[in-house]
Amino acid sequence: MMRNHPPLNSGAALDVAVIGGGPSGLAAATALKESGTARVVVLEREAQAGGIPRHCGHPPFGMREFRRVLRGPTYAARLVERALRAGVEIHTGTSVVQVRPGGSLLVAVAKGVMEISARRIILATGVREMPRSARLISGVRAQGVLNTGALQSMVYLKNRRPFHRPVIVGSELVAFSAIMTSRHAGIRPVAMIEANARVTARWPSALYPRLSGVSLLTGTRLLEIHGERSVTGVTVAGPDGARRCIDCDGVVLSGRFTPESTLARCGHLEVDPATGGPIVDQWGRCSDPVYFAAGNLLRPVETAGWSWSEGRKCGQWVADDLAGRLPPLVSALDVKTHDPRLKYVMPQKIMLPPAGTGMVDLQLRVTRPVRGELVAVNGKGILWRQNIHALPERRVLVPIADMDCAGGAGTIQFEIREEIT
Amino acid sequence: MTLHQGNERIQSRQSTGDTVFDIIVIGGGVVGCAMARRFTLEGAHVALIEKAPDILDGASKANSAILHTGFDATPGSLELHCIREGYREYLDIYRALGLVHEKSGAHVVAWTDEEMDRLGQIRAQAHENGISDVAVIDRATLRKHEPNLSRHALGAVEVPGEGIIDPWSAPYVYLRQALANGAEVFLHREVTGGDFDGNAWRLHTTTGPVSGRLVVNCAGLFGDRVDHAVLGHSDFQITPRKGQFVVFDKAASKLVSSIILPVPSARTKGIVLFRTVFGNLAVGPTAEDQDSRTDASTKEEVLRTLIKDGIAKIPALEGMPVTATYAGLRPASEKKDYRIQVMAEKNWITVGGIRSTGLSGALGIARYVYGLYEKTGMTHTPLPDPALPKAAVLAEGAPRDWHAENHGEIVCHCELATRREIEAALSGPLAARSLAGLKRQTRVTMGRCQGFFCSARLAELTEGHFAVPMSEAIDDA
Repeated sequence: MMRNHPPLNSGAALDVAVIGGGPSGLAAATALKESGTARVVVLEREAQAGGIPRHCGHPPFGMREFRRVLRGPTYAARLVERALRAGVEIHTGTSVVQVRPGGSLLVAVAKGVMEISARRIILATGVREMPRSARLISGVRAQGVLNTGALQSMVYLKNRRPFHRPVIVGSELVAFSAIMTSRHAGIRPVAMIEANARVTARWPSALYPRLSGVSLLTGTRLLEIHGERSVTGVTVAGPDGARRCIDCDGVVLSGRFTPESTLARCGHLEVDPATGGPIVDQWGRCSDPVYFAAGNLLRPVETAGWSWSEGRKCGQWVADDLAGRLPPLVSALDVKTHDPRLKYVMPQKIMLPPAGTGMVDLQLRVTRPVRGELVAVNGKGILWRQNIHALPERRVLVPIADMDCAGGAGTIQFEIREEIT
Repeated sequence: MTLHQGNERIQSRQSTGDTVFDIIVIGGGVVGCAMARRFTLEGAHVALIEKAPDILDGASKANSAILHTGFDATPGSLELHCIREGYREYLDIYRALGLVHEKSGAHVVAWTDEEMDRLGQIRAQAHENGISDVAVIDRATLRKHEPNLSRHALGAVEVPGEGIIDPWSAPYVYLRQALANGAEVFLHREVTGGDFDGNAWRLHTTTGPVSGRLVVNCAGLFGDRVDHAVLGHSDFQITPRKGQFVVFDKAASKLVSSIILPVPSARTKGIVLFRTVFGNLAVGPTAEDQDSRTDASTKEEVLRTLIKDGIAKIPALEGMPVTATYAGLRPASEKKDYRIQVMAEKNWITVGGIRSTGLSGALGIARYVYGLYEKTGMTHTPLPDPALPKAAVLAEGAPRDWHAENHGEIVCHCELATRREIEAALSGPLAARSLAGLKRQTRVTMGRCQGFFCSARLAELTEGHFAVPMSEAIDDA
């Protein structure tokens, strides 16, 4: 499937380098080529481009992009094929180790290291699930505690299974992938536990565990992992606080996605602690305006299709920027939230009134179920208000064009007012 | 006593029925590895027995990775002597063995007026211990040294000689140097008893006997148990002391340049903020006495306390992601000082109670023990030109394998561990036999994602290597 393209050499000067060959990165690169950009490369550290869908061996993928329901690997292969057809150079086994001011990248390949530079860089490094350590879970560090992504890779890419009877922690959409992946591999999850009172993913996902014979325990918290070398069980606390042990030989820690923002974090780009991704304006432009970000790196977490769509738009904006059609970064307003009920707001900088291109909506998430009035205020008054009924891990969209821009300058704060309990 | 040629490899690793080693070292922790190296370099034929499939599986698997000067050790103690000797030897040999040492310095920071009052005493003790560059600095100087430190810091004792090292590569290369010069290692064999015929020991292990003239018990958390099992008695008792740690994201390491120590209590050095040579910033350890010698579990509420402690000292740590959490067990005994005892009539030396300074003291302890051995009238001829194997280079900033050509691929993207490094760690006499062992040798899965991206590839690469495999082939149902 690889097309012939020039090798990536030290000192290579590129128009755009896209870091990460998942749905958003491939979409951005494809859009750039389609809008006439000369040399566009995707730098992918894995042996195959395609990102997370490569190891989601189940449907549904591709509705938005191909108008068909595809399995993840087929979908990933199609995105790659489309990018290559458009003239994108995809370099796999190519790790960007460091991003530097002005668009220069330190890159490692099997042959050694090199430095390349591009007029624009798009960061599209996606997300990962929060591991056991960052969740501060009590207990031993026994073998058999994995995120869903690792389970999927083992099962669908390597045809291997790490355990037989795991407990699945969490009930975001990806937890249902953990069940599907398990079934495919002959793994029989003993329970799915969710700390909240209800399943996080949308109906009808909630029916799936029962249909698969997996007992679903809501209002149940993982307290401790037991075992010495390998997992032998977990202690959980149920809705009434009662503790009990569940025998199992593995734990799947699903969801709680975090942007894979290592390059931004350890480089010079500003990072938003709330999203975990780089701070961007409505064109996805980072604090160093040579850098853009797209897809799930912007915020946790959206579907592959949504990320693909964001990537396409980001590609168009970068093409606009190369043609000198984006306004400069200087006049943007900061957008923030200090309300603990709100998890994040992205983009973190906007220009009002919107310039006709760029993201149409601000994206927000709540930290717990919220019914009340969502308000955007700045020093001068209320810019926007609307009643919302929102659940965790579901997107809340605020149209940027609807915000009252007469209010003038100053940081825009989002908060919940008049919560109905 | 028979002298053995240093580079003589006599037996296969499975059967040792006929070989009588000069020295049997029990325990593959940092002290055992340094001991095997010292006796080998002095010309003895050494066997090292470790009960786990990988070395460094007990107390040595988790510590603060600091090379101490000994500035705060008890004056006149054996511990101080060994730390000073160990420090000196480490600085002598680390370059030749490919190890790292970053002289980060340390600050013993006073947060209250009472602690301020004790700084002079800490300096005086340091000077008494022979570390003469230790000085008290005022608040303004401390701020200049550590601008991200909380404004509540009042002043500090500056200890320029404290530094950070790789806590696993060092003992690995100590033992590798012993092996390269004729020592032998027996892994996954637990010593269950032994017979002494007045001349030599025949130790019983879970997979057959190992014979040697002298035994050095470096069994760490099980030191007293090994004495009991073989000698029938022990002069000390291990009371394991757990220390939990939190490792922050690498972005945090630029917030601190030195090791931030508290004013210590009588019982513990207290909770320390330290950078690692791998580019992280960590906070810990706690000091929790417990009965279990194996339970290195962490507790969520304790980890939260550690994070809070870190933020109180470095406010910019607020919101910093956590990369890893771990706990280590220190083999404390009922006394503070090391418990090193020679039973000359039994050809037995016990090296016990190496509480929390084993990494700093190991080389010094080994020298000290060799000195005790010589005092019993034993001598060997030191190797004239010992082989010098090189440690794996895992420290950040050093030229790592991924910089070099033909490393195969980068398998662990967070820690940039290559396939060539992994394959090297899976071969040879110290081949990793568990994921934990592979982590210590290569750093795989020790970064931010903790294996999200590379576990599947690792499961594939390690097939057939681990005592407990990471996965099984689905077709093998």
